[in-house]
Amino acid sequence: MQPLATSIKTTSDTFRDNTAAMQSLVDDLRAKAAAISLGGDARSRERHVSRGKLLPRDRIDALLDPGSPFLELSQFAAHGLYEDTINAAGLITGIGRVSGTECVIVCNDATVKGGTYYPVTVKKHLRAQEIARENRLPCVYLVDSGGANLPRQDEVFPDRDHFGRIFYNQANLSADGIPQIAVVMGSCTAGGAYVPAMADESVIVRNQGTIFLGGPPLVKAATGEVVSAEELGGGDLHSRISGVTDHLAGNDAHALAMARRIVANLNRRKQVGLDLAAPEAPLYPAEDIYGIIPKEGRQSYDVREIIARLVDGSRFDEFKRFYGETLVCGFARLWGFPVGIVANNGILFSESALKGAHFIELCCQRRIPLVFLQNITGFMVGRKYEAGGIAKDGAKMVMAVANARVPKFTVIVGGSFGAGNYAMNGRAYGPRLLFTWPNARISVMGGEQAATVLATVKRDGMEARGESWPADEEEAFKAPIRAQYDEQGHPYYASARLWDDGIIDPADTRRVLGLSISASLNAPIPETRFGVFRM
Amino acid sequence: MFRSVLVANRGEIALRVMRTARRMGMRTIAVHSEADAAAPHVRFADEAHLIGPPPALESYLKIDRIIAAAVKSGAEAIHPGYGFLSENAAFAQACAASGIVFVGPPVEAIRQMGNKSAAKALMDRAGVPVVPGYHGADQSDAVLALAAEHAGYPVLIKAAAGGGGKGMRRVDDPAAFDKELKAARREAMSAFGDDTMLVEKFVSRPRHIEIQVFADGHGDAVHLFERECSIQRRHQKVIEEAPAPSMTQELRARMGGAAVAAAKAIGYRGAGTVEFIVDGSQGMANADFFFMEMNTRLQVEHPVTEMITGTDLVEWQFRVASGEELPLTQDQLAITGHAIEARLYAENPAKKFFPQAGPLKRLRFPPESAHVRIDSGVEEGQDISIFYDPMIAKVIAWDTTRAGAARRLKTALEQTRLAGIASNLGFLAAIAGNDAFLAGDLHTGFIDEHAADLIPAATPVDRETLGAAVLSILSARTQPAADPWDERTAWRVNLPSREIFVLKDGDTERSVTVTHAPSLTLEIDGESLSAAFAQEGNGDLAVSLGGVRSSVHVFTEGDAITVLREGCAHSLELVQADAAGDDAADSASDIRAPLPGRVAQVLAERGKAVAKHAPLVILEAMKMEHILVAPAAGVVDEIRVAAGDQVAEGTVLVTFAARA
Repeated sequence: MQPLATSIKTTSDTFRDNTAAMQSLVDDLRAKAAAISLGGDARSRERHVSRGKLLPRDRIDALLDPGSPFLELSQFAAHGLYEDTINAAGLITGIGRVSGTECVIVCNDATVKGGTYYPVTVKKHLRAQEIARENRLPCVYLVDSGGANLPRQDEVFPDRDHFGRIFYNQANLSADGIPQIAVVMGSCTAGGAYVPAMADESVIVRNQGTIFLGGPPLVKAATGEVVSAEELGGGDLHSRISGVTDHLAGNDAHALAMARRIVANLNRRKQVGLDLAAPEAPLYPAEDIYGIIPKEGRQSYDVREIIARLVDGSRFDEFKRFYGETLVCGFARLWGFPVGIVANNGILFSESALKGAHFIELCCQRRIPLVFLQNITGFMVGRKYEAGGIAKDGAKMVMAVANARVPKFTVIVGGSFGAGNYAMNGRAYGPRLLFTWPNARISVMGGEQAATVLATVKRDGMEARGESWPADEEEAFKAPIRAQYDEQGHPYYASARLWDDGIIDPADTRRVLGLSISASLNAPIPETRFGVFRM
Repeated sequence: MFRSVLVANRGEIALRVMRTARRMGMRTIAVHSEADAAAPHVRFADEAHLIGPPPALESYLKIDRIIAAAVKSGAEAIHPGYGFLSENAAFAQACAASGIVFVGPPVEAIRQMGNKSAAKALMDRAGVPVVPGYHGADQSDAVLALAAEHAGYPVLIKAAAGGGGKGMRRVDDPAAFDKELKAARREAMSAFGDDTMLVEKFVSRPRHIEIQVFADGHGDAVHLFERECSIQRRHQKVIEEAPAPSMTQELRARMGGAAVAAAKAIGYRGAGTVEFIVDGSQGMANADFFFMEMNTRLQVEHPVTEMITGTDLVEWQFRVASGEELPLTQDQLAITGHAIEARLYAENPAKKFFPQAGPLKRLRFPPESAHVRIDSGVEEGQDISIFYDPMIAKVIAWDTTRAGAARRLKTALEQTRLAGIASNLGFLAAIAGNDAFLAGDLHTGFIDEHAADLIPAATPVDRETLGAAVLSILSARTQPAADPWDERTAWRVNLPSREIFVLKDGDTERSVTVTHAPSLTLEIDGESLSAAFAQEGNGDLAVSLGGVRSSVHVFTEGDAITVLREGCAHSLELVQADAAGDDAADSASDIRAPLPGRVAQVLAERGKAVAKHAPLVILEAMKMEHILVAPAAGVVDEIRVAAGDQVAEGTVLVTFAARA
């Protein structure tokens, strides 16, 4: 088979301009990520380290197999969300290899507000557990948290998807045979005590980790008993007397080594039932993507240029190439894994939607993981198209996406607007993982469109009342709407709220997808049953 | 010529002898101890016989077993190599008695040269110069003082029974002779119970130069020039070369003549070496030389002679032993170029050259050529046994000039890959590159004089070595990843791909920060260096640090990393988080009764330091004695019970403080 050809001129002005524009977005992304990775301020970090504790990211490094990758998730969680800077929502989550087994790691950052749970912290913790459940990945909790953030207890404590859900998940994950391992490296107070208590196996660091339902101040207030934290719930107490923990460690490094041994003893083997091939690099460099993506989001380009830079040997077996051309579907290999790719190449028409639904059916029947490259302004509108039944054809694709049980992944590489988001495996459609490029925009429609729609509705009303609307006033009406959409459609805004699993450098996409697909194969690929397609 | 030969030796010399024997069409028969059952010399031989347990006294020195093996295998000759039975007259005699040719001198020659002082007297009579001095029975002060006068100051007064420098005095000034003589006598009497004294001329910067002689059974004898063996450590030769630096034709002729005369004086046959002390302090042209001893066998260092004369001395030995005439006459022998040999030993220069034993985990030599010869009897993976000499190999370099030979020797040593056992490889390379050595300023005190330069103090390893160790770890990872999770570049989402390696260098921990992307960079001691590495076909690792490329060899076993650079082995240890000791968790903890019972015995003593698991209290419960032990090393704080006390479960018996 012929690999995809490229028509990119890397020496053109457009390519250079595009590259510069994307480079500045990536630079900003990396600069912000670097700041986020510090966790709390210098003082809290120093205090943390002075107690002989490792910083959370160092804990993760020591837990993981040396030099192995860490697919961090929701790095931008809580970014700009609260008055305080709550880097990474005070909780680092991700997928990494421990003793050869891919695990979900959930690690409190006690340097950020004592590791307390803000609303988005809870959401991030629950999302990590959801990823563990869907992909059957053992969970390792590195616990060092003051528990719920008390000033925000109403947003953290009572609801279904609030704090209590963490332990509900632990119970049910354990029941599903997904190992739950806790390493107590700091406080585990009140509800937090249930993380180690409900774990399958737990480690505690002596003179550092504490577990109790009520801390010394609460005990004193309740009963007048004066007791030190270590006596009340330290490592010796829990490892020798209460039995809340199973392993007693001398320090962080020791505790993490014990956690590695625990994972090594899980007796799990990843069984991949796919037809694998030896991985092969694409023919063209990933960095070309910078120059391919137009600086202006509205310009179009051939998405095959992106596919050629993601898949093995740039080889792509395209399906129904000459039918419904605004949606590109086809088979390829990515890091040796067979994948079905669904990529936008323009607005969705009935034919494109039908083709997409057909292709998704093929992948489900063949148990081939799906990758969606989302860059969609929406479905075609207008009388002709409504009459042609675009609603029911679009529904067929949405049905197919919603029902698909193969591992499915989404990368938002451009716009993500309206129903196109649904058909292209948006957040609500349960992608195993969803990543965003820094140039992406996500909203129910574009800012300009929204402003125009709202202005049109308003003008229609005014004109019905016989009033007139000067152009400058209309513009003054539209500007804040545009501004609001621009702000809310930005990937940082989206990622802060966990509408995705992370913003990634486009040049890392192949690797991120490879890691994601590989991790997802820890769970068997189930049979898909589709609902009723409206014909 | 013999049809078969048994080689009564092991290691490199057994192999070296068998190679020539095989080339000459002989069947080769090896003998070996139990320890050497799989040794290279056993595998090389056409036939091999087990002669006993590992200790040499019970195997390689067992005359009857070796003779029995020779008889059984039908060997027509026995070559003794060097060491072991090579200068044992009884062995030579036993060979003769069994009708087997001993490839060596006549029994009588061995015997005569075996007694060192008798040999000197014999040589003196034959006109071979010996160290002037007095070895007589008359021990009066006047006789000894007169002897000193005759020998010429400075002189050495030595205890006849002596050794180890006891009862030995150097006297520079005749006025001090009486005083020093008294002191030496006192010392000798107290050390050996015998104050018989010798007086000898003292040679202040002596050189050890020996002459290779060869004699046949037809009355002919030649010499194959000299070898300089002045680089010694405790009378053990370390570096040998031929010819001797700044040797003159005239002196060579005189020494060669004396050596041939010595051989003829005892009716010698075969290969022999006449060792001389040379006083080169007044220049070689008018240097004095004195007979020390004659070795009636092939010398360890014979290859340097072979390389400058183009001969095979073992072949000569076989020819002479089978009755042939010498292959060449004196006129036909000439020196071509210069050869230097270094003896590679499993010994630790940093620890007073203490001999090492254990597996040779890595042993690779540079390829042999017209310039480089490697005589080795051991192989990678084999053990250096405690039972035998810890020599690993002889590395010999030849070139047209001495400077060239020294350069090639240094390079050959630097290209030798040896790990898993301490060796003198770096020490040898340092000698080969030493300025005084290159200048030919040799004497038997050379190593002591230059020790500081030759045995570098343990210093922190340099950046290049540390970097090479880290790059070797990275290199070991780079099989093509079949899965993205197999990649080992510490990839992180939107963050630098960075890893920190901590390596233990002696007692200090050193850290190296590796940044994998966008390009490989190593940060060592605060300096950032661009880095690259590539595996080379010969197992070496090409490393590039800060734009400088070099080849190193890294041997890794578990967390232990040995970096071989320029002939020096540097040992480092990768510090793993997993290595955190369990002891860290053993807390300062009270010793409690695990169940109700009666205290049978209190072993703990208040304030006493105890080791981990030391018994503290014996508790009798449920008809069993329970020994309660210290959970860690620490100190007993307080004892709360006494023998006979009935205690409830959980009662604190002893309080205990762990100590790190």
